[in-house]
Amino acid sequence: MSSEPTAVPADAFEQAMDRRPVKGRSLYVDAWQRLKRNRAAVAGTGMLVFIVVLVSIGPLFNPWDHEIPDWDYYSTPPSLATGHLMGTDALGRDLFERVMVGGRISLLVGLVATLVSLVIGVAYGATAGYLGGRVDNWMMRAVDAIYALPFMFFVILLMVVFGRNILLIFVAIGAVNWLDMARIVRGQTLSLKNKDFIEAARVSGATERQIILRHIIPNLLGVVAVYVSLTIPQVILVESFLSFLGLGVQEPLTSWGALVNEGAQELETAPWSLIFPALFLAATLFAFNFLGDGLRDALDPKDR
Amino acid sequence: MLNYSIQRLLSAIPTLLILITVAFFLIRIAPGGPFDSEKALPPEIQANLEQSYRLDDPLVMQYLRYLGDIVQFDFGPSFHYRDWTVNQLIAQGAPVSFTLGGIALVLAFLLGTAIGVVAALRQNRPADYLTMSVAMIGISIPNFVIAPLLVLLFAITLGWLPAGGWDGSLQRMVLPAIALALPMVAYVARITRGSMIEVLHSSFIRTARAKGLPEREVILRHALKPALLPVISYLGPAAAGILTGSVVIERIFTIPGIGSHFVQGALNRDYTLVMGVVIFYGVLIIVFNYLVDLIYAWLDPRIRYEQ
Repeated sequence: MSSEPTAVPADAFEQAMDRRPVKGRSLYVDAWQRLKRNRAAVAGTGMLVFIVVLVSIGPLFNPWDHEIPDWDYYSTPPSLATGHLMGTDALGRDLFERVMVGGRISLLVGLVATLVSLVIGVAYGATAGYLGGRVDNWMMRAVDAIYALPFMFFVILLMVVFGRNILLIFVAIGAVNWLDMARIVRGQTLSLKNKDFIEAARVSGATERQIILRHIIPNLLGVVAVYVSLTIPQVILVESFLSFLGLGVQEPLTSWGALVNEGAQELETAPWSLIFPALFLAATLFAFNFLGDGLRDALDPKDR
Repeated sequence: MLNYSIQRLLSAIPTLLILITVAFFLIRIAPGGPFDSEKALPPEIQANLEQSYRLDDPLVMQYLRYLGDIVQFDFGPSFHYRDWTVNQLIAQGAPVSFTLGGIALVLAFLLGTAIGVVAALRQNRPADYLTMSVAMIGISIPNFVIAPLLVLLFAITLGWLPAGGWDGSLQRMVLPAIALALPMVAYVARITRGSMIEVLHSSFIRTARAKGLPEREVILRHALKPALLPVISYLGPAAAGILTGSVVIERIFTIPGIGSHFVQGALNRDYTLVMGVVIFYGVLIIVFNYLVDLIYAWLDPRIRYEQ
């Protein structure tokens, strides 16, 4: 092999030298760009916004109350003539109104219970990951032991024991849902602590505070955001599962799960009372899952 | 390998103990008791009943005695179904639940891997987008919503299949098995697709192709086995999903399995029945996870030697 250096064309050298400093794009700008290009995620977000707006302001334009029956119309199919856009249930209550009110409850449970699991999970996971060593070992063993338990049965038992209280639903679901979050956050913290770029930052004189603020937290946030967007539909699902069994939200309040349960019982005579709440529940879960998937793709640094 | 399997087996003991303890005290602190009814019993009879079931002992004593009993596989008499022991109730419901769950599990894994592989081979083409969108629907719609919709369509509107009940015939199994399997089909398909795409990009596949192997061989002999590893690890959660799913599915289709005993048992304060079902399910899930870990270690030597 000849060791003679090949001549570099003059203009190529010029070009290389002339290159303006590229404007750095932050992780989030980058992720946002990619999220916007993901059509499924954008559609999911649009659908979520639509559902949230409809559920929040829909009842304002609806003359009926979710508790008070319309005495003239029991179990009538959807019709413009009666003014019941989604029909009425067996007791004559307006289904549109009930689906909206149920949606508020379902979404609220999803958000609050996810928040509970987020707080517990991040605190636990970050502590274990940051302390490392024996503490970490024991903390994660405890998680493993609890993880192997059949959750759903505990949630059901909790509901049976403490009565069907809506506050309790938040806590019960959140309290059993934090394990995944703890594992993910712990793993992320642990691997971040030993990453080369942290070392590099330390070598170049960054303080501990800067490292945590500029490097650890931003890198955790992505994973946490993805996980939150995937936990919300899971929690909504758990709540509707409980309500379906009659253990969740109680009359006259309602949720999508409870409505699906009522609808399933009147399947033969009033199929619309199943179809509308099922449609809203499925669309919401669908949208959240698409958004979560999109976020994961957008924030996963492996793809770059 | 032997060391590893023993170690894993021992780690199941604390899990089981936590399960039993938490469930025992949870159901006991629930207000109400198994003998509460609309007509109040005379206090003497109530006391006699409680004495004959030894419910008047201190709770800790009862707990210890219960632990002693279940070590001998005796789950005690049911409080609600008089003349039945919990062992008998479980023995009666288990074959039904197992048949249904087994069919659903096999269905989910066969269908799911097939769909996933096809989607991976057509990555970013219409077939991929179509199957993955359908899979997303499967994941998003819970099985207690799918089940009544299936009944509405196939039993009530079309009249092709019975709407419920159980007599061991295939006809009555179709709808509940599909309702139970559908969300899992979707999960398995997504996992398979993801891992298959990753495997197809690895260098040993490039080697296999460079050797001039036909594509069929490359996929079936080289790519499939490593691609199925993550799918196998999903087997544990899938089993748990089937068990919880069976609670609602058995209710919707009025199937006399174990799942239907759980919620009703908890509402009836049938302490022994609830405990029996919880322990039975817990052991099943633990055993499943254990098997999955063993299969995994056997398939992937890196895990085996790390220990």
